[in-house]
Amino acid sequence: MTTPLLKVENLRIELTTRDGVAPVIDDLSFELGQNENISFVGESGCGKSMTALAIMGLLPEKIGRIAGGSILFDGEDLTKALPARLRAIRGNEISMIFQEPMTSLNPVYTVGEQIAEVIREHQGLGRKAAWDMAADLLDAVRIPNARGRVSDYPFQMSGGQRQRVMIAMALACQPKILIADEPTTALDVTVQAQIFDLLRDLRKDTGTSIIMITHDMGAVAEMAERMIVMYAGRGAEIGPVDQIIEHARHPYTKGLISCVPHIVSHLTEDRARLTEVPGIVPGLKDFGKNMCLFASRCNHRTEECLSARPPMKPFENGQIAACWHAEDV
Amino acid sequence: MADTPNTPLLTVDKLGVRFAVKRGGGWGKRAYLYAVDDVSFTVNRGETLAIVGESGSGKTTAALAIARLTAAYTGSVKLDGQELLELEGEELRQARNKVQFIFQDPYSSLNPRQRAEDIVREPLVSLTDKSGAEQQQIIDQLFAEVGLRPEQKRLFPHQFSGGQRQRIGIARALATQPQLIICDEPVSALDVAVQAQILNLLRDLQAEFGLTYLFISHDLGVVQHMCDSIAVMYMGRIVEHADRLSLFNNPLHPYTKALLSAVPSVDKKRRAETNRILIPGDPPDPVNLPPGCRFANRCPAATDVCRQSEPPLTDHGGHHRVACHLVNDSKTAAI
Repeated sequence: MTTPLLKVENLRIELTTRDGVAPVIDDLSFELGQNENISFVGESGCGKSMTALAIMGLLPEKIGRIAGGSILFDGEDLTKALPARLRAIRGNEISMIFQEPMTSLNPVYTVGEQIAEVIREHQGLGRKAAWDMAADLLDAVRIPNARGRVSDYPFQMSGGQRQRVMIAMALACQPKILIADEPTTALDVTVQAQIFDLLRDLRKDTGTSIIMITHDMGAVAEMAERMIVMYAGRGAEIGPVDQIIEHARHPYTKGLISCVPHIVSHLTEDRARLTEVPGIVPGLKDFGKNMCLFASRCNHRTEECLSARPPMKPFENGQIAACWHAEDV
Repeated sequence: MADTPNTPLLTVDKLGVRFAVKRGGGWGKRAYLYAVDDVSFTVNRGETLAIVGESGSGKTTAALAIARLTAAYTGSVKLDGQELLELEGEELRQARNKVQFIFQDPYSSLNPRQRAEDIVREPLVSLTDKSGAEQQQIIDQLFAEVGLRPEQKRLFPHQFSGGQRQRIGIARALATQPQLIICDEPVSALDVAVQAQILNLLRDLQAEFGLTYLFISHDLGVVQHMCDSIAVMYMGRIVEHADRLSLFNNPLHPYTKALLSAVPSVDKKRRAETNRILIPGDPPDPVNLPPGCRFANRCPAATDVCRQSEPPLTDHGGHHRVACHLVNDSKTAAI
């Protein structure tokens, strides 16, 4: 890999809550290459979406702020960029699709107007040209009869179609990075397969890099080359997807993989008990403590885990895990 | 409860639920949406039947009709020999404690102004004649069974995590010692790590009390783990019904095949073997259904027969029921 397209270094994001300031992202570093697909995995409240919002410059105003580190996009540090510059990048060079296709479209505008707005804003095209391009984009995301549907309102479309509209909007300016935050969680599995298929093809055709946020290991295995497992605002494990699924080095990753009943190639009578990860993700007030935040749920726990935060340990095969006992997992 | 395994506890026969809709129909004619249409199946004692299907396929509506929480317009539902659909008044109240529900969303299915123990007490008060002391004893026991601590009894729902709330929902469902528990997407609102805790609990309780579950889910991985047999629904009808191994290892209906192939998997071998069947388009309008098979417009194998007549659900050996004209056809076997 040559210079990465996106390089996040020692990112720290602080959120101001009633109980004080908490680091929702605590010293996170990762890279995204050209035409690469990476996935963020973890339970809710681990900082996956927060990372995406930080890259987009969309942290909740007055509550969230970048307190340290850098986000280098094509060599430019986004943490230092002015709002106007971020506005030019957002939706143009980096764009995002959200989890809820039902609520992220504006119900009082036609889908064509909403897609055309992006094109007019960033590419300076006229009304007519932008509208035509919107219709082409709907066609590209495989909405049947795109010319006819472009003047539909969101309520006239199914969930899968609305998510396609979101994708069309995100791809309108051929972004270098597409961030997909749980793009298929609200959709049925056959529709999910259609959307994944579409994303794969678009990536092949346009060379866009994709960051996908999900909690579904199966989806990660299908879609991504590398994964970043997040826990309580920190990176728990980073590495190539197949290797991590084969042999996870962090107990949390291992738990995430084995706690889900998977469909395998040939089912047998044998049904093993699911591995439980006891307890839940810690609350914000515990974030940032100098210890392993997973310790309370971990069966590898020792004194060491409670007394100091584990560093990211690199392994020869490219896996990196933040666990004092990574070698033994 | 006389526990004889492999005897049917629940027998559903030609169940139909329809809703009147405004549009269409013309003057004086009402248009109906047939949410559940000609659905028949049995569930054996101590076993779990899963109903799978996509949103809008009618799985929840069928379950609600079985529990008498929505009205069926035709068909029969027999629980332990008793016809549930004809019950009224006091008899219906008596029967309600035999069928209990675990709901999908543990955030909205618990009354935020009731304490945990009162939520669990509710069915005991309204459906049984137990004394206060008896109720308290049952509640204490249930809290232990579902893994909640005794001191948590006095807390309100907002003081619990999602997984713990679902445990309260389970305790409430168990309170009247029902014969049948309907689990409607019991884990889909929970984080994956918490899902495992709840699924293990449901299986433990089933082993301990010999419970019978009707398990509704769209997550085929979860279904595979929890069930003895599976019914696949599409547009209000059962398209395939078989035991767990037959359905997952030898699916016969093109829709089931597409559904299974669409599930992303961590299993490298399965990914290599699976030929993903993408079914294009969307389901047809449920109010103006096409004359033939409801899946025909998306089916990769559909022929003229499929577009003209609706295939019946027939047994293809070993209680493997399929509703497809082409089930023995080489063309469908190839997909």
